[in-house]
Amino acid sequence: MKPWMQMQAWLAGMALAVVAAGALAQAPVEVPFFYPVAVGGPITKIIDRFAADFEKDNPGIKLHPIYSGSYQESIAKALTAVKSGDPPVTSILLSTDMFTLIDEDAIVPFDDLIKTADDKAWLKSFYPAFMENSQTGGKTWGIPFQRSTVVLYYDKDAFKEAGLDPNHPPATWTEMREYAQKLTKRDASGNVSQWGVQIPSSGFPYWLFQGLTIENGVNLMNQAGTAVYYDKPEVIGALQYWLDLVNKYKVHPPGIVEWGTTPKDFFERKVAMMWTTTGNLTNVKNNAKFDFGVAMLPANKQRGSPTGGGNFYIFKKSTPAQREAAFKFIKWVTAPERAAQWGIDTGYVAVRADAWNTDVMKQYVAGFPAAAVARDQLPFAKAELSTHDNQRVTKALNDGLQAALTGTKSAEQAMKDAQREADRLLRSYK
Amino acid sequence: MRGMNVGVRAPNGALRALETLGAWVLGILWIMPLVYAFWTAFHPPAFSTHFTLDAPLTLANFVKAWQAAPFARYFLNTVILVTMVLAAQLVLVTLAAYAFARFTFPGRDVAFALVLVQLMVMPDVLIVENYRTMTALGIKDTILSIGLPYMASAFGIFLLRQTFKTVPRELDEAARVEGCSPLQTLWNVYVPLAKPTYIAYALVSISYHWNNFLWPLIITNSVESRPVTVGLQVFSATDQGIDWSIISAATLMTTGPLLIAFLLFQRQFVQSFIRAGIR
Amino acid sequence: MTRTREWLYAWLLLSPAAALLALFTHYPAIANLWHSFYSTPKGARPAKFIGLDNYRALVDDPVFWQALTNNLWYALGTIPLSIAIALVMAVWVNGRLAGRGFLRLAYFTPTVLPMIAVANIWLFFYTPGYGLLEQITGLFGLPSHNWLGSPSTALPALMLVTIWKEAGFFMIFYLAALQSMSPHLAEAAAIEGASRGYFFRRITFPLLMPTTLFVLVNAVINAFRLVDHIVVMTRGGPDNATALLLYYIFEIGFRFWDSSYAAALTMVLLVLLGAVALFQFAFLERRTHYQ
Repeated sequence: MKPWMQMQAWLAGMALAVVAAGALAQAPVEVPFFYPVAVGGPITKIIDRFAADFEKDNPGIKLHPIYSGSYQESIAKALTAVKSGDPPVTSILLSTDMFTLIDEDAIVPFDDLIKTADDKAWLKSFYPAFMENSQTGGKTWGIPFQRSTVVLYYDKDAFKEAGLDPNHPPATWTEMREYAQKLTKRDASGNVSQWGVQIPSSGFPYWLFQGLTIENGVNLMNQAGTAVYYDKPEVIGALQYWLDLVNKYKVHPPGIVEWGTTPKDFFERKVAMMWTTTGNLTNVKNNAKFDFGVAMLPANKQRGSPTGGGNFYIFKKSTPAQREAAFKFIKWVTAPERAAQWGIDTGYVAVRADAWNTDVMKQYVAGFPAAAVARDQLPFAKAELSTHDNQRVTKALNDGLQAALTGTKSAEQAMKDAQREADRLLRSYK
Repeated sequence: MRGMNVGVRAPNGALRALETLGAWVLGILWIMPLVYAFWTAFHPPAFSTHFTLDAPLTLANFVKAWQAAPFARYFLNTVILVTMVLAAQLVLVTLAAYAFARFTFPGRDVAFALVLVQLMVMPDVLIVENYRTMTALGIKDTILSIGLPYMASAFGIFLLRQTFKTVPRELDEAARVEGCSPLQTLWNVYVPLAKPTYIAYALVSISYHWNNFLWPLIITNSVESRPVTVGLQVFSATDQGIDWSIISAATLMTTGPLLIAFLLFQRQFVQSFIRAGIR
Repeated sequence: MTRTREWLYAWLLLSPAAALLALFTHYPAIANLWHSFYSTPKGARPAKFIGLDNYRALVDDPVFWQALTNNLWYALGTIPLSIAIALVMAVWVNGRLAGRGFLRLAYFTPTVLPMIAVANIWLFFYTPGYGLLEQITGLFGLPSHNWLGSPSTALPALMLVTIWKEAGFFMIFYLAALQSMSPHLAEAAAIEGASRGYFFRRITFPLLMPTTLFVLVNAVINAFRLVDHIVVMTRGGPDNATALLLYYIFEIGFRFWDSSYAAALTMVLLVLLGAVALFQFAFLERRTHYQ
């Protein structure tokens, strides 16, 4: 070949190589992530919109949001994927799944990704109550995203009928019991047409129960997730209070109260006060055909509520580029404006104080003050029950609570049995 | 077409009336959930527990349900899944049953016992292992991956082997005399005679895969492969409690076509059983 | 055909089914048995051989025994009833009762409705206070009852849902069998002056035995396999009153992620089903009457 033809070929080859390298370098970083849907509303659409908007701002990243069912199904999918070597890069999973994910060696802490001063400030901006379930052993394993607390919804019209002040919800255990007694409507043959109060006990009674125990002065586990306190006197006392509402004062429905139908019970005015998640706020607003109020849970020794809901986690089996991309998205989606809008659209509690100070949120609260109750309760909120071998240790408590509520065991017996089972399960983690 | 009651001493009027009443009461009880689904789907949520006759009708629930998830696609996926699985099952099961019924070879009984193992070891119980296999095969999150563990159906092999065994040997020999290969014999002699078994089996298979939930949930991620049951789950496990109006609307949307098909074709459907009867 | 050719042919016919079965049934099942002798691997900690420890834990596990007893009661409660009701339905639909078409539709609808969806509707039926059952019992002045929320009535309540779902499906098979019975039999019986009951007991029912065996196999499999309604309606509660074996296995395997204990539990389920299958095929096969 003539020399200048050689040169041309060489140049063409170089050009091609440069273009190819450029294209490779620009190959987008793929970030698949699982997300659960646990509240009504067009959540899938909102998440897809987030993904689209983020990709517009960040052309080198491709997000793949994957709807993964309920929280239970999402963790099942995530762990199944981990075990078969093909996990997503990030996911929204229950804050209480933290220890499970750590034990399965599935996730990495955020500490390596939080490098700049801005990032550190961002981390500090989340409410401490929500961070309690997100940190352990000095590391941050999860970032709060869709969180909630338990609140008390009450029927203001029923209050008026019973001669109670509709603007004064019960602030203590005694008041709640007394109000419930006035609110319970019973006919001549003993059938109850309206119960005073109900606390759901199907599926995961431990969550509601934690409200009672925190109000009685203790939380149910230690921060390291290696010990639980089911049989502490304050815990047994809290359970006894619940049982008394059912058996002694007869202001609470007997047997297991179904979580899924409790809001409907409230709308049907079969119950005047209900304990359930703040996530139900929009649902109640849309469906209660009467004047209703939202209040913090009543205090005994103190006010209190467990937190709930989901955090972002980053999975171990991912490239550094993927982790950075996921981290970028997590920061982006928890920015104050977005966190505020997410809270308004879904009913979750906006996870950062500065989200509550945005104009859109201030406007929302002005028009709907009940939305701020959950935020006001946050200083009293504590971590949700979370330990190693979380599901099993929690199940021991759930079974005990259900046994006590159906009259099969006494409060003391139920809690002692649960404690024994939990101790056995946690032995290897101490 | 006469049923078995013909010719036998007919029951007296009172007994017959009682029977009819009993049948109707049972029928009403049985169709109650569907009636309820219709009621709640077409009325606003406030009326999902109150059955006042002058409640307003609405289509809003269907709109909400439709927007909550891409049900049209889910429905299509389920149809593809069920058809694919059934087609594969019919082929595989026929070949295997023929081998067991009409061939002698060493290890036949052992092989048959191994096949029967699947009757007890349902793919539902082997999820983690099967997920791993699917990932290794590279077909995770496809409709094929939902159906693959079920395609070799021990139940079908067992049923069809039983049926093939009742086919008279003379027909087989006649076909051989005519110069048919074993496969041609299978196609021309055995398959037509086993039609009612095929229909019965098809019914079992379609019903199973139409309703299957947990394995599809684990193995599928995307809208392109999810069946209807996974789609319906979006309403079931919320923090906000159960909204029967939307669930009913979604259920009717997704099972409506099947119900209508049964309504229109139930005579033909049962006739196809009649024509030679299930033994 | 020569011996070798026959042999080859047979294995060729079998091979696709055999390959799939081996891959998705036998291999995982053996892997399952293998894993039941090892501890659950957790993250960095690999599985170690623990011999029969899982099985010892199983014997000591009160929830396992409860799940097992529940499942046996559940099978006992749902199988005979759903088959009996299916047979009665088939007889009714086969006879010349008014509104046969409607009845056939009514009995069969549960089959086309996915359990995931109807479980929610049944939840409404059982809801205390304003549920359908409550509204009906209220009309008669009967007291309110929390069907799914009391340990004594939760499992029977679920059994009813299962029977409702299964009976119509089995009815179709009985219907086909009834309609394929030769009318000569009925005529002969009439000539002999047989009563309906006698005719049913001595002729119809024995002739339906193959169908009954077919339906029984399905019913048994479903009694152990169908747990979707538990997932929606009670989640195994109250206090494990509605925990069935497969549901417990899922809880252990996919909630607690204790795959090795789940493997051991699965072996118990397999042995149980194996025993039932053996009984069915050995004993009942002998008593069926083929025409």
